[in-house]
Amino acid sequence: MDLIIEGVKQALYLLFTLDREVIGITLLSLQISGTATLISLFIGITAGTLVALTRFPGRQLVVSLINTGMGLPPVVVGLFVTIFLWRNGPFGFLEILYTPAAIILAQAVIATPIVTGITLAAIQHLPANLRLQILALGATRAQMIWILVKEARLPLLAAVMAGFGGVISEVGASIMVGGNIKGYSRVLTTATVMETGRGNFDIAIALSVILMLLAFCINAILTQIQQRERPR
Amino acid sequence: MKGFAKEGLLAAFLAAAIVLATAAPSLSAPAQKNIILATTTSTQDSGLLDVLIPAFEKKTGYFVKTISVGSGQAMAMGQKGEADVLLVHSPTAEKKFMAEGFGLDRLLVMHNDFIVLGAAADPAAIKAAKTTPEAFKKIAAAGALFLSRGDNSGTHSKEKGIWQAAGISPAGQKWYQETGLGMGQTLNVANEKSGYTLADRGTYLALKKNLSLSILKEGDPILLNIYHVIGVNPGKWPKVNAEGAKAFSAFMVSAEVQAIIKTFGLDKYGSPLFFPDAGKKEDALGK
Repeated sequence: MDLIIEGVKQALYLLFTLDREVIGITLLSLQISGTATLISLFIGITAGTLVALTRFPGRQLVVSLINTGMGLPPVVVGLFVTIFLWRNGPFGFLEILYTPAAIILAQAVIATPIVTGITLAAIQHLPANLRLQILALGATRAQMIWILVKEARLPLLAAVMAGFGGVISEVGASIMVGGNIKGYSRVLTTATVMETGRGNFDIAIALSVILMLLAFCINAILTQIQQRERPR
Repeated sequence: MKGFAKEGLLAAFLAAAIVLATAAPSLSAPAQKNIILATTTSTQDSGLLDVLIPAFEKKTGYFVKTISVGSGQAMAMGQKGEADVLLVHSPTAEKKFMAEGFGLDRLLVMHNDFIVLGAAADPAAIKAAKTTPEAFKKIAAAGALFLSRGDNSGTHSKEKGIWQAAGISPAGQKWYQETGLGMGQTLNVANEKSGYTLADRGTYLALKKNLSLSILKEGDPILLNIYHVIGVNPGKWPKVNAEGAKAFSAFMVSAEVQAIIKTFGLDKYGSPLFFPDAGKKEDALGK
């Protein structure tokens, strides 16, 4: 118990004294997971809307795959991204293994199915007549889709939170493709694993506290936006 | 819907391409300046590399990507040309690595020693044993819990060597558990379960404040823990940064670094964590 109190104290100390290394790690985590979430939102909302609004052979299978992908194990993603990015691997010419870009890539792969799946469910959940109504009022197809996405914005914000929450707390892929390099690709989760291994439990707890604070703040802001208007 | 489908896909691909194209160059440094150092967990967990790597980077302008894994995995990375230089402590496997032509040169850097740890009560009474293999025999005979790294690390391969010397094959025995974790975490597991384990002294000293385990066996020649730096052979993998590896190897055996190693940890733990050995013969160690 003393250890946990000591860790929380340490966390506050590191935060308030603006410890350069810890602030750097925190900002990098935010930057990497934020970028990965943005990429996954772009691909996920597009793909989710697409699958929700079209009918094609094998659609059932695609939906099943997306739903399975929502639980994609980060270590599996990490392993495959590593193998693809090895300098003697198929994408070795990019030379991005053990860089922040590699972590962004892996995290985007993890978050995209989550965003896609939630988008799919959200758009499909809209009343079917809404589409007819919008089209009947003379909207173009693109306008209709824009209105549908806007209508589904509350669940879509849930997609943002789920996607971001999934990747900021992820460690398996980040340590494999990023390498936990000091001052370069070390993020909150990988630093926590390392400090635990070093027996610095107080710093490990401090990093966890910062991670949870960060996740809480982001989600509080998003929830604020989501709940600003009363659900219909 | 078809028109939208095409447009949407195109837009998604374009966006992804733009993001990757703008993100990648700004985040990754020029390739030839990068060196990938694959090393054992003990050099990172003890904090030694946090001192040496910045000094090397400042001196040479290289950027070192330290990937901290077990010695076994580090050598596997070297075999695949995915690392440029290795800092490892698994002499038997290293000799095989060199014999197969994966390494260019192998230089002695430093040593410390392994220790056998266990609960102070010492249920298998290994403290009375004359040699380490004898102590292991006693653990097996008593069926006392032993925690193994089980991860092909340098420590794991040393441990397997001792079991072999004791003429015992512990795999699958009820009292023998493999954690598959790093040294620090394995020490914590052994501590919680009051089991026996083999550890390098550096990691033990760094974690000592959290452990109630006692040193039960030490100072036996078989417990010597020797670190070498190996440059990966660019003949097998042309993408290997041989020049950077050479610079790093030379740095590790330089008088300046050997002096740092000699005193590293002295102020914090009361005794140095490693002993510098550059230029010595491996056979002459521990005598």
